[in-house]
Amino acid sequence: MCGIAGLFGKSPVVTEHLGEHLGAMLSKLSDRGPDSAGVAFYRDPAPAGATKVSLFSPDPHYEWGHVRDGLATAFGGDPEPEVRASHAVFVVDADADRAQEWLRERHPELRIMSAGERIEIYKEAGLPTDFVARFALEDIQGSHALGHTRMATESRVTTQHSHPFSTGLDLCLVHNGSLSNHNRLRLELQREGMTFQTDNDTEVAAGYLTWRLREGASLREALEGSLRDLDGFFTFAVGTADGFAVLRDPIACKPAVLAETDDWVAMASEYRAIAVLPGAEHATVWEPAPATLYVWERALV
Amino acid sequence: MATRTEPAVEVVDLERTPLRELNHRLHAPADVPERWRVVNPGGRHAIAVGVDAPIEVDVEGHVGYYCAGMNQQATIRVHGNCGVGVAENMMSGSVVVDGNASQSAGATGRGGLLVIRGDASSRCGISMKGADIVVRGSVGHMSAFMAQKGCLLVCGDAGDALGDSIYEARLYVRGQVASLGADCVEKELRDEHAAEVRALLERAGIDDVDASEFRRYGSARELYNFHIDHAGDF
Repeated sequence: MCGIAGLFGKSPVVTEHLGEHLGAMLSKLSDRGPDSAGVAFYRDPAPAGATKVSLFSPDPHYEWGHVRDGLATAFGGDPEPEVRASHAVFVVDADADRAQEWLRERHPELRIMSAGERIEIYKEAGLPTDFVARFALEDIQGSHALGHTRMATESRVTTQHSHPFSTGLDLCLVHNGSLSNHNRLRLELQREGMTFQTDNDTEVAAGYLTWRLREGASLREALEGSLRDLDGFFTFAVGTADGFAVLRDPIACKPAVLAETDDWVAMASEYRAIAVLPGAEHATVWEPAPATLYVWERALV
Repeated sequence: MATRTEPAVEVVDLERTPLRELNHRLHAPADVPERWRVVNPGGRHAIAVGVDAPIEVDVEGHVGYYCAGMNQQATIRVHGNCGVGVAENMMSGSVVVDGNASQSAGATGRGGLLVIRGDASSRCGISMKGADIVVRGSVGHMSAFMAQKGCLLVCGDAGDALGDSIYEARLYVRGQVASLGADCVEKELRDEHAAEVRALLERAGIDDVDASEFRRYGSARELYNFHIDHAGDF
């Protein structure tokens, strides 16, 4: 069992309090996934030509200033990090490939959680309600966000095993369910040049989407391909720079609820995580059909 | 002559009263008020489960999983949507949902009546054992899977694999059936079946649908016994 939450703001009622609302949703999903929690926020786009990266350090006393100084020397500018608990977000004055290559080479002790124009990922082992407070989610504004609470069934409980998983620039995946062909698929994707940080099944699904997108598929094609190529149970929520998508496997035994008002679109594993949103009692509420892709993007709303 | 008065309604606000306290009071053997109104359900799970008294409970809003599970005698109305497993294993009484129901509505029910005024999603009536279920809208895939006894009546459409591995439950569908499951076949709607459909519609308070518009589905009874002739197929 895990919990998923997605929130897409259509008005300042939600976008100005995005972190507060997503935090409330995650807290309601705490008992679906007490092992760890994670979020992806889409906000504050980096200037053209620059890249926003989210970094994780397992060292609680890590000196982020060293990274800042190195980035300033290598790429110029003033990359002052925004630090939240074990994570820091930098805006690097370089394209995503160069920024990530430099970070991997100079700071192998760090993990790159996400990269892109807008995305920020924070995730950590521990109780979701503690995570919400520790990462001060209530301060965060933004256009849309995804969250996850994890009850591990197939691999260890660590920061790296937590969701969301990055699936490329400004893309991420959260998952409720379990995949049964992930070991074979991981081998096949490794042959295609993909690399994996953990033995987690969801990371393979993320890697699959990344690979399909790299090969030229649209997000819709990649997700519809997952219905054929992934064996197992899943409700997926995928974050993009412009919105999010929801997909359930054809058997659809992992829950999902969608709801919409004039101010927001939300998805969650259970309605009680939506009930905390403003005006939820008057929302249109429905259950997404199996094997059917639902997409919200800013351009469409 | 004594003046007959409406029984007082006991109002419970789940924003203020713990759910466990509500269910504990509903289970009290004596001194249970006849009428209850539950407000601010907020999608909580297991609201009004295990009631065994001839009382009426109105829940004002959306509920989570297993609402009204194991119901006996009570009439429980949900003025909203339901999560997974509404009225699962109902023994008697009735449960009425104004909105939609999620998966496994009425699962394993042995008696009583479940009415869903909206749609029910997948596995509606899975393993039902004698309860009756009336859905004003449509049902999702794998509905009436291994259904043993009772009736599932659907005024709209049914999803894939309706009645897979069905035993002796009777299925009535007015709209399209996406596909039938293993050993489920269409059967003739004879007069006694039309009468049964009429009775179900009446019990559910549906008066704008004609019994003759339904088609009947049930078990071909081909999976009941192991055929030695098929041993090589396994």
